[in-house]
Amino acid sequence: MGRKLLTEHINVPGIDTFEVYRKHGGYRSVEKALKTMTPDEVVEEVKKSGLRGRGGAGFPTGLKWSFLAKPEGVPRHLVCNADESEPGTFKDRQLMSKLPHLLIEGMITSSYALGANTSYIYIRGELLYVLRILEKAIAEAYANGFLGKNILGSGYDLDLHVHPGGGAYICGEETALLESLEGKRGNPRNKPPFPAVQGLYARPTVVNNVESIAAVVPIVNDGGDEYAKIGVGKSTGTKLISACGHLNKPGIYEIELGVPVEEFIYSDEYCGGIWKGRDLKAVVAGGSSVPILPKELILKTAAGENRLMTYESLSDGGFVTGTMLGSGGFIAMDETTCIVRNTWSFSRFYHHESCGQCSPCREGTGWLEKVLHRLEHGHGHMHDIDLLVSVAKQIEGNTICPLGEAAAWPVAAAVRHFRHEFEWHVTNPKEATRPGAYFSAKAALV
Amino acid sequence: MESTTATVKPQFSEAAKAEIARLFEHYPAERRKSALLPILHIAQAEFGGWVSPEVQDLVAETIGILPIEVYEVSSFYTMFNLKPVGQHVLEICRTGPCMLRGSDELTAQLERLTGAKVGETSPDGLFTLKEVECLAACGTAPIVQVREKYYEQLDTPEAVDAMLNELRNLVHRPLLPWEQTGLAHSQQ
Repeated sequence: MGRKLLTEHINVPGIDTFEVYRKHGGYRSVEKALKTMTPDEVVEEVKKSGLRGRGGAGFPTGLKWSFLAKPEGVPRHLVCNADESEPGTFKDRQLMSKLPHLLIEGMITSSYALGANTSYIYIRGELLYVLRILEKAIAEAYANGFLGKNILGSGYDLDLHVHPGGGAYICGEETALLESLEGKRGNPRNKPPFPAVQGLYARPTVVNNVESIAAVVPIVNDGGDEYAKIGVGKSTGTKLISACGHLNKPGIYEIELGVPVEEFIYSDEYCGGIWKGRDLKAVVAGGSSVPILPKELILKTAAGENRLMTYESLSDGGFVTGTMLGSGGFIAMDETTCIVRNTWSFSRFYHHESCGQCSPCREGTGWLEKVLHRLEHGHGHMHDIDLLVSVAKQIEGNTICPLGEAAAWPVAAAVRHFRHEFEWHVTNPKEATRPGAYFSAKAALV
Repeated sequence: MESTTATVKPQFSEAAKAEIARLFEHYPAERRKSALLPILHIAQAEFGGWVSPEVQDLVAETIGILPIEVYEVSSFYTMFNLKPVGQHVLEICRTGPCMLRGSDELTAQLERLTGAKVGETSPDGLFTLKEVECLAACGTAPIVQVREKYYEQLDTPEAVDAMLNELRNLVHRPLLPWEQTGLAHSQQ
């Protein structure tokens, strides 16, 4: 069993209350930071920990913190990105609803490190029930002197508020999130200036994912060096993986980075194998935006090495034979899955969620959806397959924010690894829509 | 929905006004517009599950911004219904992970059981069906959201019936979110 730094107490009855959370060692990091450390020392520990952003990009959190501008007399803000919307990802919802105080504790310690006196948790609007849980926990933290004026007699003041979104995937992009928090449409901003210089209300701002902020708690408690001992190479610490799709045991698993993918899928400690006794066909390992890999490439790299659940191992081979750890949204597909239909579903998602600001994305995601729709429904042509690749290429790199890439990558990867299945949809138009038809047709040939 | 007819100007209840006053304190005084999305949620809960142009004008007036600043936001975010809806809006997740676990079948089943197609309201006015994108509950797919509650693992006819029966038996009135304590919990 790996160590559980975040979720050790997740099933303790009443752990969502201040009292029980405190009894299990909660809020120690706040005491330690505010009473014995300077803000810069906290930043230093986070840097030493090697923690990388858990929202998907994997950018080193400590480094991101060190970019924060600190002009005299200008308030700074920490904003927690709880807009979890990446298909396949559902870890933050669980963490916040079951361990609300863990996020609040991380917010206090992190806000102290950054010198923020007003911080926000931006939570996706669909999770209003989690917002209520967080607000109740925040009220408890105020009542116990961990929020408000002069926290624990340290002279440090912090107000913490939860802010709901309104249903928009794009608000998970940090500058779109800030626009949304200002009461506007979630259109991503041009960068520079980066949020670290001009973020919320044009003030210096850090935006971090829920899990990243929660990880600051064990990092401060045990020290960054201790945290960095877990994991492999530059993939330090633990990571929440939300496993879904055709698995026997879908759910949230906190793993020490470095677990072999094969073990994660098949061992009873984790997902317990593929449902209905079927074979694995493909995996989207880090949320719907990352390239899909067929079974043989997700279990082993092109060089034949065991693939590990780390940032480096999953991206081994680049996009030709690799993928990304991303947000940890792990979607497994059994042998009967129609890759064309699945890719169409993802493209429909990105088309729906494009904010419409940049034409390559606004128009391109629509093209991808339409072309995939006609392939899936038996009206496709052979040249449509190359058209998909061409449109994906023209979106990629030509947009303000990474939604363009997120829409392009899954399509390009699906064609790269499963071109034969797209071609089969063209040559068997009458069969194309029937679920599992390609699988049966292939089985009949063997 | 009587409060949204052209002749009567909608007004927030006292409870909603108090909640809005609390929200304004979260943001700098000159940045009251920040409260727009939270207030739209309150307005939608208070005025029958959708935000009419009159309700949106009320929101603008409450914050002190132009009506267009509300319209452009309410039309951007998918949670705000801009047309009248039934008593319960069933938001069915249709994205990949739910599709893998049977959301297509679930949608077909709900259309059959309620008599409404996606985008429509059932003849009895009880259910509006709406397809939405990923709700971050992929591990318990397929799922439906109704107001603040997630109905998860709807992969058996029994689970779907249980959900519809529970909703049929609810007392129908425009509940404010913070009044829905009986509802405000996920099944997990």
